[in-house]
Amino acid sequence: MRPFDLQRPDSLDHAHSLSDGETATLIAGGTNLLDLMKLQVETPERLVAIDRLGMNAIEDTEDGGLRIGALVTNTATANHDRIRADYPVLARAILAGATQQLRNRATTGGNLCQRTRCYYFTNIDQPCNKREPGSGCGAIDGIARLHGVLGTSPQCIATYPGDMAVAMSALDAVVEIEGAADTRRQVPVRDFHCLPGDTPWRDNVLEPGEIITAVILPAPVEGKQIYRKVRERSSYAFALVSVAAVIAMEGDTIARADLAFGGLAHKPWHDPRLAELLVGKVPDAALFDRAADLLLEDAQGYGENDFKIPLARRTLAAVLAEATETTI
Amino acid sequence: MPDTITINGTDHPLPSDPRTSLLDFLRQDLGLHGTKKGCDHGQCGACTVIVNGMRINSCLTLAALHDGDDVTTIEGLGTPENPSPLQVAFVEHDGYQCGYCTPGQVCSATAMLDEIKAGFASDASADLTSEMKATAEEIRERMSGNLCRCGAYANIVAAIRDVAEQGDAA
Repeated sequence: MRPFDLQRPDSLDHAHSLSDGETATLIAGGTNLLDLMKLQVETPERLVAIDRLGMNAIEDTEDGGLRIGALVTNTATANHDRIRADYPVLARAILAGATQQLRNRATTGGNLCQRTRCYYFTNIDQPCNKREPGSGCGAIDGIARLHGVLGTSPQCIATYPGDMAVAMSALDAVVEIEGAADTRRQVPVRDFHCLPGDTPWRDNVLEPGEIITAVILPAPVEGKQIYRKVRERSSYAFALVSVAAVIAMEGDTIARADLAFGGLAHKPWHDPRLAELLVGKVPDAALFDRAADLLLEDAQGYGENDFKIPLARRTLAAVLAEATETTI
Repeated sequence: MPDTITINGTDHPLPSDPRTSLLDFLRQDLGLHGTKKGCDHGQCGACTVIVNGMRINSCLTLAALHDGDDVTTIEGLGTPENPSPLQVAFVEHDGYQCGYCTPGQVCSATAMLDEIKAGFASDASADLTSEMKATAEEIRERMSGNLCRCGAYANIVAAIRDVAEQGDAA
């Protein structure tokens, strides 16, 4: 690990003034950052530790939702009574990720900001436009089993690796961000992560000096919540494909179909056309097929990950069948 | 803020090099060699210790950020003369071959049984809100952060179940 200065601000204002986004990097739980620092993928000159700046409460919001502080651990979120009861898709997504040791350290804000597990990104001897702009993408025509099939670019086909944010996308949660001089803004989780495009080094919309302070869940909605994660082994593995779903029925027809997908793209994938297609229809295998056609119409495989396209189709159908109690 | 860290009940000054992981601090600075370095990347769990009651990977955290924290390592759980119930059960059930992962397994399992009592859910829990039980399936899922290169998993699960059942009877 390269030498660095460790700074521990005593307030958010102090933290903003110390973090310029270039020489300084924020650290909270640090489970991803320290791993990358050991690999010299991340080489900050300064680490600004925000781990004891509060932001560790889960509070009711005025409209019946929940505000999860940025430093609430994944363990605390997954085991919170109201999250288990009202937002089980979020509890399930978190519990499907990592290990108990990691979830005990991982924070809400840090989890949103975790970096891709692309093998070329984490190996400094390999080309990677995300790590070293202009060096090329080793995964295209290379080892690409974990990689994206939606929203990729000729620069980068990496995936966002997390589970928590996929559930937050399905729930249409909002990221609360604070910048210097008390500037605050709210960004829907669905818009928080970026597609690689021509700027693959940019994972999300955070500007230098900005700090995530919370994630806000809207008031709970009626319906069945499911998180289905398909992976290489049944525990402690990243998603090949995952589906977060909040599905409600009204009589024989679908009344709500909020869906988000992990393992397919550089961000939790949310396609609003799926709800438009599904809502008001009677669920059956043909409808699920049409939903998959829509989801995957622009999907592109890169050899080793071609299997993700039929896998996403089947996983979506399985989740919709379970949620709507339909035989397929 | 105190500038010390408590390890197994004894206060120690924090390391001066901020790069020092909690794992390296335990092993190199304090000579507590029970906690093991396997992968040093949070993948194997050999470095598992208990900090303020929660198990974590000591390789993926900086010692300097643990001022005022209370750390329990394998040396704090038991001794050869006075082993903890899990240490006794690992011996009885042959829950190891080479033994390298064992301190991490025992620290992890110690905290894991407390988590079940506290009602923490896992990916293997059919119902998120009902009472949690230390079934074999639950133990396998909850211990997935501790790898055993020798493959002593069946006996590790048996040892942990034994202690969980003793706890239920107590």
